[in-house]
Amino acid sequence: MKNKYSKTFLDGVIFNNPTFMLVLGTCPTLAMTAKTMDAFGMGISVLFVLTFSNIIISSLRKVIPNSVRIPAFIVVIATLVTILKLFLNKYIPDLYGSMGTFLPLIVVNCIILGRAEAFASKNTVMMSAVDGIANGIGFTLALVVLGSVREILGAGAWFGLKLWDFTIPFFSQPAGAFVVYGLAIALFVYIMDTVQRSIRIKKTKEISKQNLLGEVA
Amino acid sequence: MFASIMAIIVSAALSNNFVFSQTYGICPFLGVSKKTSSALGMGAAVTVVMAVATMITYPIYLLLNALEIRFLEILVFIFIIAALVQMIEKIIKKFSPSLYKAMGIYLPLITTNCAVLAVCEITSNALASGTWEPAVIAGVEMNFGFAVLYAIFAGAGFTLAMVIMSGMRERINNLNLPKALQGFPITMVTAALIAMAFYVFSMIKVGA
Repeated sequence: MKNKYSKTFLDGVIFNNPTFMLVLGTCPTLAMTAKTMDAFGMGISVLFVLTFSNIIISSLRKVIPNSVRIPAFIVVIATLVTILKLFLNKYIPDLYGSMGTFLPLIVVNCIILGRAEAFASKNTVMMSAVDGIANGIGFTLALVVLGSVREILGAGAWFGLKLWDFTIPFFSQPAGAFVVYGLAIALFVYIMDTVQRSIRIKKTKEISKQNLLGEVA
Repeated sequence: MFASIMAIIVSAALSNNFVFSQTYGICPFLGVSKKTSSALGMGAAVTVVMAVATMITYPIYLLLNALEIRFLEILVFIFIIAALVQMIEKIIKKFSPSLYKAMGIYLPLITTNCAVLAVCEITSNALASGTWEPAVIAGVEMNFGFAVLYAIFAGAGFTLAMVIMSGMRERINNLNLPKALQGFPITMVTAALIAMAFYVFSMIKVGA
């Protein structure tokens, strides 16, 4: 039982990472990573909306008729985003200002609708909550990594703290976002492939060893 | 008047291009840009939906503002877009089956295309604050005609981006690339090179 939860969690954070493996929710990823703080704020916002939309949708999964499920999901998500927008406007106006139009655009973030459709509408409330948190953390981590690279290279700072005067303004531009994101996906896929291949080689070696031992015996 | 129109056209289509400088609508840009014909179909469908959505959300926004329920904006807009996409699909199916065959598969995808919601948000924000968001056209006045013009040319800019990208991707597919770079990564890096070219357009100053 516990194993199932940890598998769902690891799937969301690493093996099916929404940003690097599935390449979903690309618009906020490219637009919000010029500063690490904005990237972190965007990640946490999506984590909040994703977790609660997964919980609400999975608890209503037997009530929502199949033919109108997409509009029903969108209503739930849009309501949560409206709550988030009002909250940020009142308590964190800095983040509200820097997110601009990308705050209402969380409604059409494919990660949230994708998890609702693929996971929350078929699984229990607890599992969906774990899935929502895992995918939210995976998205936040990815955004913070991309934001760190872009802010350190593009502005010589990290989380707003000045590190040095050397800057490459290219990385603060949208073009820099495309380059960093593309190369990050390539690196992530390469690392995952290498790790999986080494695990497979280890396994085949063990099996052949056992076979050899069997033959000797 | 003429200067304002030119400012909006240049800003929406080139200097504040939706894909390359504002990064809206990246999902269809990456997903449907494998062939030039499908890129054109998707671009045309998005442009139509954007123009009609702006025509509808503009008066609706004024109504919400008059009733002082502006916070319902997101819910109302996304519903209008979803209903609109369904309606356009039905109308095209009824009147032009050949166009439906060409465009039909892209239409359901448009509901979750952030470019459409973005253009509605940009016009509603411009209405609320009295000035346009992209600095290039900040001096241009805000009215219904200009809002629709902005939507149409933002769609045209999106179509332009899709068509350029699809042309390059058709050639990239024939290259021999390392496995990790295949697919999305090389597409992103190519998009970055085009975005650098589009960055030059942001130097254009068209004052109204």
